[in-house]
Amino acid sequence: MGSITLKQVTKTFGDVNVIKPIDLQIHDGEFIVFVGPSGCGKSTLLRMIAGLEDTTSGNIDIDGQDATNTPPAKRGLAMVFQSYALYPHMSVRNNIAFPLKRAKMPPAEIEAKIASAAKILNLGDYLDRKPGQLSGGQRQRVAIGRAIVRQPSAFLFDEPLSNLDASLRVNMRLEISELHKTLDTTMIYVTHDQVEAMTMADRIAVFNAGVIEQVGTPLELYQTPINRFVAGFIGSPKMNFIEVEAVDGDPTSCVGVRPEHLKVTQDKGLWTGKVGVIEHLGSETFLHIHVDGVGPLTLKADGDCPLKYGDDVNLTAPQNKIMHFDAAGKTLPATPFSGN
Amino acid sequence: MAMNNSNKSKIIYTALAWGISGMIFFPILWTLLTSFKTEAEAISANPSLFMFDWTLENYSDVLARSPYFNHFWNSVVISIGSSLLGLVIAIPAAWSMAFVQTKRTKHLLMWMLSTKMLPPVGVLIPIYLMFRDFSLLDTKLGLVIVMTLVNLPIMVWMLYTYFREIPHEILEASRMDGCSIAEEIFHVLLPLALPGIASTLLLNVILAWNEAFWTLILTAANAAPLTAFIASYSSPEGLFYAKLSAASVMAIVPILILGWFSQKQLVRGLSFGAVK
Repeated sequence: MGSITLKQVTKTFGDVNVIKPIDLQIHDGEFIVFVGPSGCGKSTLLRMIAGLEDTTSGNIDIDGQDATNTPPAKRGLAMVFQSYALYPHMSVRNNIAFPLKRAKMPPAEIEAKIASAAKILNLGDYLDRKPGQLSGGQRQRVAIGRAIVRQPSAFLFDEPLSNLDASLRVNMRLEISELHKTLDTTMIYVTHDQVEAMTMADRIAVFNAGVIEQVGTPLELYQTPINRFVAGFIGSPKMNFIEVEAVDGDPTSCVGVRPEHLKVTQDKGLWTGKVGVIEHLGSETFLHIHVDGVGPLTLKADGDCPLKYGDDVNLTAPQNKIMHFDAAGKTLPATPFSGN
Repeated sequence: MAMNNSNKSKIIYTALAWGISGMIFFPILWTLLTSFKTEAEAISANPSLFMFDWTLENYSDVLARSPYFNHFWNSVVISIGSSLLGLVIAIPAAWSMAFVQTKRTKHLLMWMLSTKMLPPVGVLIPIYLMFRDFSLLDTKLGLVIVMTLVNLPIMVWMLYTYFREIPHEILEASRMDGCSIAEEIFHVLLPLALPGIASTLLLNVILAWNEAFWTLILTAANAAPLTAFIASYSSPEGLFYAKLSAASVMAIVPILILGWFSQKQLVRGLSFGAVK
């Protein structure tokens, strides 16, 4: 079991409301990702669920029991920290055994659990080394090993991959996803990287300034963002926003087009611009196009895009891919758009 | 060939460093030499540095006249006892100041340190009266208590600096792994801060060993440590320089040996936290 319910949970530090009242239901076995820019409160909320931060008001229920004031050790959760937080004076074996020894588990059982965790995480050869003798990726595996042996009702990950280099990050991302499928245990994963969020999550909660803007599956957030913030945060490269002049009867103050939906056309199109910097990634090309009166727009094209720096281009986008936002940033129902 | 500037300044600085060290060390050397002189040579108007009749008489006199080993044992008990008791109090105090900070933690630390800046004579009478009322005068227990209190601010400060260097997340991880606060301190914090704790202990043993003000006032015959034993040679019977020097050497040597073998630890301990 590993369902977690947040009811009107808040957190204040002095006069600052870091978490404004939040309600969230995390289902058993779900992989939920908290994503948002730094300082948005996502890590604080994770630490509140862990019990490492007090909850100012509201309730945190774990498996139907009120755990708001339960100490961290009694919540049945395991946490993997950004800095790994391994015990540097203990061998890998003792790091993994530590929570089991604290739980007074018989030594034979501890050995069996270490062996099984080492097998899952490929740590067999490193059990007698100290954390200082391991690479970043291996350390993170030990941290995960220490978490899985406890068989927690949920795993909490606090930006676990941000200290790793790019290629290792991709591997560990897959390993954690694979682990989730194997263990079938609830995982709450905090990151500021929307690619991690999109690729790993069953559901994503997008945080901004202490509130959850939207919760949904990765595709829901990508296709039907509730507001301009979510639309801009989910998707890479980020959505192009174009301010439009107010027209009577139409509350649209801004339209958004994702770079992958922006197309170069031979017709007049919706916007005209000049090609700026071109980024070739091999399989795809990002064009930064300067549009007079609008600003720079990013366009995602094929890998063999023939355009060159300084070329004049006309741009368009399918009407059903143009999102409309009102002055407050809320998403509006789509209406035909005919350019600025 | 002309010497280049950097070599010249190197020589000047080396000479200066040796000169200053010599000046600091000279009184100790003088004490050491005097301890091997006769009383007459010790007070001679034209003292000789090395050319005198070397004698061990002062040492045998001092050992015969006073119970050196009693004083030595008292010094050991008081300095080690107060340092250990101090650690027991300072470790939880420094833990809370390093890891459960409030707005007032910094002020509290400054206030604790400020007590070290007060002249001890300011609290002499109340402490003396308390010791008298609790029958702690001239007891080792009394001295252990007062030395613990005198050095506690330094211990808390040193440990606080050490603990601040330990990543908070490691302690949080232990909390998630099922540790109580005591287990967290015992299984994680103490092993990680062991070098710092060792240098705190060493420094406080040295401070307590050398402390003279309180030991002279609060002890007589039973609990007097080596500092009181040295002072007994500037007595109403007159000042015996050679014997006083012999007593001083015998009081300094144990702590000098301890300091010599632990100097690396001490220097590391005292400069820890100064550079990241």
